[in-house]
Amino acid sequence: MRVASEMAIESAESRPAKDQLARVLLGFRLRDTAFRLLALASAWGVLILLGGVIVSLIAGSMPAIKAFGLSFLWTEAWNPVTEQFGAVAPLYGTAMTSLIAMVIAVPSALGIAIFLTELCPYRLRRPVGIAIELLAGIPSIIYGIWGLFVFAPFLQQHIEPPLIAAFANVPVLSSLFSGPPYGIGVLTAGIILAIMVLPIITSISRDVFATVPSILKEAAYGVGCTTWEVVRFIVIPYTRAGLIGAVMLGLGRALGETMAVTFVIGNAHKAGLSLLAPATSISATIANEFTEAVGGLHTSALIELGLILFVITFIIIAFARLLLVRLVRQEGR
Amino acid sequence: MNALSSAPRQRENGAAAGPLPDAAAPAAKQRASGALPPKVKILVRNLSFYYGETLALKNINVALYANKVTAFIGPSGCGKSTLLRVLNRMYDLYPNQRAEGEVILEGENILRSGQDVNLLRARVGMVFQKPTPFPMSIRDNVAFAVGLYEKLPKAVLAERVEEALVQAALWDEVKEKLGAPGLSLSGGQQQRLCIARAVALRPDVILLDEPCSALDPISTAKIEETIDELKENYTIAIVTHNMQQAARVSDHTAFMYLGEIVEFGATTQIFTAPEKERTQNYITGRFG
Amino acid sequence: MSLYGRRRRRAQLYFGLCYLSVAIGLGWLALILGTLIFEGSRNLSASIFTQMTPPPGSGGGLLNAVAGSAIMTTLGMAIGTPLGLLAGTYLAEYGQHSKLSSVIRFINDILLSAPSIVVGLFIYEVIVVRMGHFSAIAGAAALAVIVIPIVVRTTEDMLLLVPGSLREAASALGLPRVTIIRKIAYRAARAGLITGALLAVARISGETAPLLFTVLNNQFFSINLNGPMASLPAVIFQFALSPYKEWQQLAWTGALIITAAVLALSIAARALHGKGQPR
Repeated sequence: MRVASEMAIESAESRPAKDQLARVLLGFRLRDTAFRLLALASAWGVLILLGGVIVSLIAGSMPAIKAFGLSFLWTEAWNPVTEQFGAVAPLYGTAMTSLIAMVIAVPSALGIAIFLTELCPYRLRRPVGIAIELLAGIPSIIYGIWGLFVFAPFLQQHIEPPLIAAFANVPVLSSLFSGPPYGIGVLTAGIILAIMVLPIITSISRDVFATVPSILKEAAYGVGCTTWEVVRFIVIPYTRAGLIGAVMLGLGRALGETMAVTFVIGNAHKAGLSLLAPATSISATIANEFTEAVGGLHTSALIELGLILFVITFIIIAFARLLLVRLVRQEGR
Repeated sequence: MNALSSAPRQRENGAAAGPLPDAAAPAAKQRASGALPPKVKILVRNLSFYYGETLALKNINVALYANKVTAFIGPSGCGKSTLLRVLNRMYDLYPNQRAEGEVILEGENILRSGQDVNLLRARVGMVFQKPTPFPMSIRDNVAFAVGLYEKLPKAVLAERVEEALVQAALWDEVKEKLGAPGLSLSGGQQQRLCIARAVALRPDVILLDEPCSALDPISTAKIEETIDELKENYTIAIVTHNMQQAARVSDHTAFMYLGEIVEFGATTQIFTAPEKERTQNYITGRFG
Repeated sequence: MSLYGRRRRRAQLYFGLCYLSVAIGLGWLALILGTLIFEGSRNLSASIFTQMTPPPGSGGGLLNAVAGSAIMTTLGMAIGTPLGLLAGTYLAEYGQHSKLSSVIRFINDILLSAPSIVVGLFIYEVIVVRMGHFSAIAGAAALAVIVIPIVVRTTEDMLLLVPGSLREAASALGLPRVTIIRKIAYRAARAGLITGALLAVARISGETAPLLFTVLNNQFFSINLNGPMASLPAVIFQFALSPYKEWQQLAWTGALIITAAVLALSIAARALHGKGQPR
């Protein structure tokens, strides 16, 4: 039991120490607040970044929007000399190449994901998985240069002539495969895009497949299902939302891909029916013409194309992320 | 595959050769009293099981008698679920797990490499600890596997579904809502749905792996009633950590400890006059 | 054929197709890497790293391009990594459940997958037009914009993996929040954070589109941040699409260099932590 006087003497002696402690605590508080504000500001920075992108794209497209209005979306002409610009050819090219890429990549990616989760011997799973992801790591310009120098000539000599001959007399399909075999064109760009998009869909699908509780699969095996029936009737329906998300993320990548497409699509501002004809895509147009754009309207039209691309990919990616949000959060836990 | 015929069956099987250490006792006792000797449905002979390099089951010898309930009891980790999962080769799904020895179902060793595993699992059904209805309607849950194995007209299939749900004591509760998703049922109902699903295939044997451990007492009581009714048509093996449940529902009990069968015999004998001291200690709660 | 036989046949068919997909996928990889190594190593020699990009029709090297890429990558990481680190720290440490954080996470995920050419347009409007000319600063800024979402995502994921009990133990000693985060959490998550940085470097090393109209290109060696600078991707773009044999050859070699660097970084990142790119 301490006497009040003893305590008074003690506190008088320890007052300098107390002051020092108070100073230290104040320092803690200040540094904590400063760091927190810094982190908060950086977090806001992410939002501002997105806002900045949208605002600057709209600002840059203003001249073109004022000049052409909505008709920009259905005009095919693209003439820098007469300052006539229309988005049809780039939109068509972007859409067609992405469609071809999806048609090829989605079944293949699902097949690879099924292989990795059900069929592959355990020891090979990691190496094969890594190999597929290496495909994603290769920069897109490499795909472009490979496509231009290796793949396009190969298609031109060995694939396209037989295709043209085979469909020459088929009523609807002949227009899809008509024209001289250039090697480059919509089909080539679509195939290269498929290879690029494949790893993304595969690895997300694989993660999604892994969320199926093994006891559910065991229950299906327990009633005598074959492995394929377990995949088809249990795994895929269970993961349907995640698979759609994976496909949409792949689509988002395909739509925005620039370098690979630019090299092999042929850069012609035409929206024709034939898959073998050269065409252009939004990103290819921008990449090719931006630095040589003469006159504000040309530049502005290109920026408007960029705005359209951004809006489309924003919507698709946002939708995909909403579908995947539960899975994505689980990855980090 | 002759197991899936249209009428509920009474199976006749030959007992496998060779006397079983503890199994002979109940058979002899029953013969002495003038009753028919029980037929053996599944005979496990010298079974050893490995997780990787670890030996989990050591030289198991046990028999499941036809149309009887056999319970497997023992402390956690003693290998009872492992043993159950050997009986329908569920361990095949995992590369590190392997079994040696023999499990004889109707004269054939189901552990041999030539055995078709899918067909085996249609004959030996399993109900798991956690209710696992498929993400489908109630009707489809039950009909799913039947539809894969037999091409039946819709009316016949509907009858099969009703028959299975009746056997699982679930028909009255769901007959108005067969199209509702299986997941919309309560826990106890879901587990009975899983029983119906297993029963729909008209298997020879039903394996129950702690079927009530995730359920409340009322659902548990309903399922125990169901087990009692099911044994008229099926051979049942049940793993349970609840000794009282084993005593309530089973005809024979095997007590397991650290991967071995310590004692196997008629339930009444195990629980009133166990022959091994360890069995006695477990039953009286000296360890658990 | 019996019903069961048909089921087995169907399973074999579909799984055969799965095997085929894998073979084709791996085949592409082998084909692309093989061609790259074959073509790119044809004129691989020390002169690649000692000489400048040549005028059309003569041999030369890629020194200015390699130097330019190195400078802008470093600068881009220097700008983007701290911002990303702090933002990710906010999401993991301070704002785990707030509405603001959910929105920021969502926006960040979108920026992560956005087309990089749009980033180039953004920087063009904001920096190049303001400054009146192309510059390496603009290029570095564009790369930083690509780095930030990657680092935010990996920082948040890695920090969330640090067990709460570790933070609580530090708190119980009376340490302020700042110290807990910097000295405890960052240190515990260090491998993962470095992995995130390596993945970001791998990603921006190969990016071409955002550089095309921010930093342009430069035939000569320049370390002037205030003007156009050469970079490997831009040089490859120009040379590959040209009709000159020597230029095309240099393009292949440059492609090989980039791919080797990117793959080495990805493998190093994986060795450190084991997970791949944040998608």
